[in-house]
Amino acid sequence: MPTLTRHLLHAGGIALWFMLLALPLLAVRVDTLHNVVEWRWGNLLWVGAGAFVLTLLWRSMAAWRQRPSKEPAALATAAGRLLDEPRLYRPAVGLLLGAALLLPWLVDTYQTNIMGLALIFVVLGLGLNITVGLAGLLDLGYIAFFAVGAYCYALLNTRFGLGFWACLPLGGLAGAVCGLLLGFPILRLRGDYLAIVTLGFGSIARIVIENWENVTGGAQGIAGVARPGLFGLELSLAGMTIYLYYLLLALVAVTAFVTRRLQHSRIGRAWVALREDEIACAAMGVDVARTKLSAYAFGAFWAGLVGVIFAARNTYINPNSFTFMESALVLSIVVLGGMGSIVGVVLAALVLVLLPEYLRAVAEYRMLVFGAVMVLMMIIRPQGLIIARRKRYRAREAA
Amino acid sequence: MDALLDIRGVIMDFGGLRAVDGVSLQVFPGEIVALIGPNGAGKTTLFNCMTGIYRPSGGEIRIDPTGKAGRRIDGLPPHRITALGLARTFQNIRLFNGMTALENVMLGHHCRTTTGLLGAIVHGPAARRQEQATIAAAYAMLERVGLAPYADEVAGNLSYGAQRRLEIARALATAPSLLLLDEPAAGMNPQETFELDELIVRIRDEHKVAILLIEHDMRLVMNISDRIYVLEYGKSIACGTPLEIRGNPRVIEAYLGEDGHA
Repeated sequence: MPTLTRHLLHAGGIALWFMLLALPLLAVRVDTLHNVVEWRWGNLLWVGAGAFVLTLLWRSMAAWRQRPSKEPAALATAAGRLLDEPRLYRPAVGLLLGAALLLPWLVDTYQTNIMGLALIFVVLGLGLNITVGLAGLLDLGYIAFFAVGAYCYALLNTRFGLGFWACLPLGGLAGAVCGLLLGFPILRLRGDYLAIVTLGFGSIARIVIENWENVTGGAQGIAGVARPGLFGLELSLAGMTIYLYYLLLALVAVTAFVTRRLQHSRIGRAWVALREDEIACAAMGVDVARTKLSAYAFGAFWAGLVGVIFAARNTYINPNSFTFMESALVLSIVVLGGMGSIVGVVLAALVLVLLPEYLRAVAEYRMLVFGAVMVLMMIIRPQGLIIARRKRYRAREAA
Repeated sequence: MDALLDIRGVIMDFGGLRAVDGVSLQVFPGEIVALIGPNGAGKTTLFNCMTGIYRPSGGEIRIDPTGKAGRRIDGLPPHRITALGLARTFQNIRLFNGMTALENVMLGHHCRTTTGLLGAIVHGPAARRQEQATIAAAYAMLERVGLAPYADEVAGNLSYGAQRRLEIARALATAPSLLLLDEPAAGMNPQETFELDELIVRIRDEHKVAILLIEHDMRLVMNISDRIYVLEYGKSIACGTPLEIRGNPRVIEAYLGEDGHA
């Protein structure tokens, strides 16, 4: 087959080229002790073989993408129909929720703990999804609101002895207020400028926490934060892990439910319209400033809320949990999941948080594999895992 | 009768450039008024001043939907002006491309509905009723402009003519008393333009709105306008009925050309 030979020749050429490039680095080693040059041809062979296989893989994937096959489209429509049809998705959601409820009894404490961490990022992803996915307002410092919630509880608890349940709404409110505060100065910014300012805000928040030592404890953080109570019961460590898991699961459910309600409401439509065209949105009678502020505040609210749980779960917080890397991770969750899609964001959060955890087996390569998975995703599905679909409204004749 | 829209001596400067230079213009209830002139005469800039996208450097713009008391609108933010009864379409179509046609029109109801954050989350009977009313009204509006079969179609996928009509439907959903159309026939084929004539007149009659339109298609302008204003280099050079404008030597020189009575 001529195409096959062409593929093989191409891959062979690339392999040779890579071997040539790698020659001085990987094959030649000057042993200065014995004044000899060591030739490690084995290494070179590995590079060649690797480049050959990867090139073939890459080319076959490119060919697969160009193939006018109907299969992926059919699959996408089937998935879309599943998400559209209440009779189909309701049992599916129920089934998933049931599985999630059973999970802690089927796996050990370590797994439950990791799932809890993943759920934290699910809530963060859903929160940022409101700001970035729905309203289209980029926020590179989102983790700052998470920090606000966490420090809000840690401080109120260790200094004033306030309980978890009293602090939960307070943390959310503190997050929302900070969202408003960030929103005001950047109402008129767009695109790159918005990215710069939000990035700056995220950094400022962390630097303030790091340096305001007599309040936040600086880099040492705050230790001895109380775990959430359960009607005064004493829980074992395993019990507490399961309890926190359920707490987070409930928060995920609430967040998803509320986002869904909002998405297809007057407010949600205004958010999406703002994302699509700001000038037209204003001309259609939408108060752009208010809509933007509400999107920032509401997105930040969830981060504050889950921040409280984060502090209670770890019993110790320090500024290292709130770096730009975390903001970037949450943003990748939203982008990878598909802007504005709730199911997509949940899936992406699980993948992006759990993947590095389970890749610990391949230790030092795990971030490499993680990166490769991200790149592959962007090639195969650049719009994200699940494409957000617009709701179809039915006009009732009687109305 | 009091003017619905009363523009007096509006000036718009961009740095050293005076794009609109002391234009005065009135639109009375139930009128169809056209604004014509060469490219760059300041027609769209005047629209942007009226709808709050620009803040005029001078002059006054008043709107009087009830016929009782005029209200100054120059300098108000766009959404307030829309709430006061001024709606517009755009020269280069600005639909919400990712939303369905129906949702586009539903968004037009935004300033006439009240459901807030909490109301949307709780989704109580009042919110439900309002949502259903919005859906029904938006659907009826789509039917009126002939887009009902495309209600669930994403706006960006509609044909050009359909997108223009959808923009009109979306603007009408804000329940305006004056509708501003910025080149509604641009890019339409002759058949679509022909249907647009009829649509604009029908909208005026059915919705009891006055219409102010910018248009280069002289057949359309001469057919449906009650009065015409002509702009050149930011100045108003003529105003009158289609017949008067067609015979005005200055307008012929500036814009229509010798055989411009098409």
